[in-house]
Amino acid sequence: MKPAEAHQSGALPAKVQLFHTCLINEVFPEVGMSVVRVLEKLGIEVEVPLRQTCCGQPAYNAGFQADAKKVARHMITVLHQADGPIVIPSGSCADMVIHQYAVLFQDDEKWLAKAHSVAARCHEFSSFLVDVVGLTQIGARVRARIAYHPSCHLSRGLGVQQQPRELLRAVAGVEMIELRESEECCGFGGLFSVKNPEISGSMMNRKLAAVECSNAERLVSCDMGCLLQLAGGLHRRGSSIKTQHLAQLLDEGMQ
Amino acid sequence: MSSPFQQRVLAAMGDQGLRSALDRATAQLGDRRKNAFSSLDHSDLIRDISRYAKMDLLRDLSGNLQRFEHALQDNGAQVHWAEDGPRANSIIVDIARQGRVKLAVKSKSMVTEETHLNEALEHAGMEVVDTDLGEYIVQLARSRPSHIIAPIIHMSRADVGRVMEQRIGVPFSDDPQTLARYARERLRTYFLRADMGITGANFGVVETGTICLVTNEGNGGMVTTLPRIHVVLMGIEKLVPTLAHLDLFLKILARSATGQKLSVYTTLVSGPRARDHESGPEEVHVILLDNGRSNILAGETAEILGCIRCGACLNACPVYKNIGGHAYGDTYSGPIGAIVTPGLKGLHDWKDLPGASSLCGACREVCPVRLDIPKMLLSLRKTSIEQGLSTFDMRMAMTAFGIVARSPNLYRFFAALVRWVLRRSTQQAWVKTAPGLAAGWTKVRDLKVPAAKNFQQQWRARKRGK
Repeated sequence: MKPAEAHQSGALPAKVQLFHTCLINEVFPEVGMSVVRVLEKLGIEVEVPLRQTCCGQPAYNAGFQADAKKVARHMITVLHQADGPIVIPSGSCADMVIHQYAVLFQDDEKWLAKAHSVAARCHEFSSFLVDVVGLTQIGARVRARIAYHPSCHLSRGLGVQQQPRELLRAVAGVEMIELRESEECCGFGGLFSVKNPEISGSMMNRKLAAVECSNAERLVSCDMGCLLQLAGGLHRRGSSIKTQHLAQLLDEGMQ
Repeated sequence: MSSPFQQRVLAAMGDQGLRSALDRATAQLGDRRKNAFSSLDHSDLIRDISRYAKMDLLRDLSGNLQRFEHALQDNGAQVHWAEDGPRANSIIVDIARQGRVKLAVKSKSMVTEETHLNEALEHAGMEVVDTDLGEYIVQLARSRPSHIIAPIIHMSRADVGRVMEQRIGVPFSDDPQTLARYARERLRTYFLRADMGITGANFGVVETGTICLVTNEGNGGMVTTLPRIHVVLMGIEKLVPTLAHLDLFLKILARSATGQKLSVYTTLVSGPRARDHESGPEEVHVILLDNGRSNILAGETAEILGCIRCGACLNACPVYKNIGGHAYGDTYSGPIGAIVTPGLKGLHDWKDLPGASSLCGACREVCPVRLDIPKMLLSLRKTSIEQGLSTFDMRMAMTAFGIVARSPNLYRFFAALVRWVLRRSTQQAWVKTAPGLAAGWTKVRDLKVPAAKNFQQQWRARKRGK
């Protein structure tokens, strides 16, 4: 579907809440701005709940569930204050809210119900465009050879595998390259990357070797955690391959 | 100070031979698995049924074990119960002594690795020989298996040739055919001389008291039929309800393990030789081993007892591919080992294992019985925190995170502080060496310096400008 058709079909929500994630807020603000511009260009108004912080995943994955719960309760409260769809430009943070909050509050009826109602409104960015709005042809144009890195929490956690690829293929001028062993983890894994740097680094280098031999000019993903890792690795290797969030590429192509 | 696990990881990662052997073997096994499943109709349904059967059995494991025991006894087998490894070993040593056993041959038994049975038998003055080709070489090399299915995945052909040259005095070769011939010639003499055969069990069928073994080399058949005494040592979790279920499990086990539609030999043992039979053992003993499994059953990772030891998760695991099996430090390695070992031996000494995962979920995807391995890893991490097994630094950091990240103002303040520190530390866009927790980060990659203004600042500025 194209934007005009989406407008006519009524599938296009008038307004969304943006859960920008802590990583985008603090390290990659340009990604957040791209998400906003893409959504606005499609005619969707974006609201940013300013009291949002972090989904709590760092504590949750490290086993500190009591601390993760405190943060999760805050986020649920913040996201509860408005209604309508919530767009999350990260597979990992989206999986946390959509699947793991329910695990966190499995013995707490009141918060479990709230977690479920927030989770039902949450959509990862590419899945929001394709599954909720029904868009793939958004009329973008970028001339580049692009490798797509399917992040684990997006593809295995949320089952979002084709949506980003469809969006990329629909960008005029893009030559899509499937990476060798594309489904293999990049080794980020949050705190895993600093607590087990050797293993994480070795996983990263396998991924980067695949990226380099693919002859891609850019590496696109839907998770800035993976891209923090992969961009850091590419920079250490002195590579000129550029990393981008999918939203950045679409934003660039829609200008 | 690095932990024993970290030291083993570093040793493994420095071993280029190991790394390339792992790369080759895991990729090959992974591809074969994928192809094999594509030939199986209704594979999702078969996986669901198998998972359900295992989980259902575990709900009344003691009842099912009693039914299994009775069925075994009806078949003429003698059943023994062992609460731990030393008890299992002493039962087997006693059986061997009573049977005046001089030589025992073994096949298909990870669980005897778990109890260190070889040492116990040797200590009692008996000779014991592993007859699965990989295990035979492991035994010659005085090493330990590093993969559930491919025990010498860490060795090259030349490594094997050197071990055989040194230990059994054959001319060096790195030709697999020649090496297999060397092994076959020797193993045959052992099969013919052995008084006792020792095996594990891939499955124990509750309905019929049948022990099922799958092998590709035919040694399982030799070990279970030639010696006078056959001893089965099996974990109490290895049950399947009926022969009809066994059929389904065999379909997914071989495909997951080696990418075969069926293993070359499937051996069914239903007790000792009947009076009118020409071959088979005079005595069959089945030892049901707990060794920590009841603790697992009562705990948060009970699901792991559904594991059929196919090894598919090892081949899929990006961590295993990088560090191999020995780095996990015990009998079971890979994602399964990271759950089973702390379960059998306690989290205290093994808390590093559940932590050494990026939670990528590749294991869950390939598991034939759909074990939710990442969920169990997370659960073990949680328990290890509750048991106070984390470092003081981590506890402080996470307590602070729990306080700061639920207060937008505190959060903004600390995030700005971190950004300021990082931006001050360098003129460049990237940090090459960072202090504190971030030192682990810059060990292997650079750290992007955050933007001067964060997203919310940019967003608010844009709104004001509109």
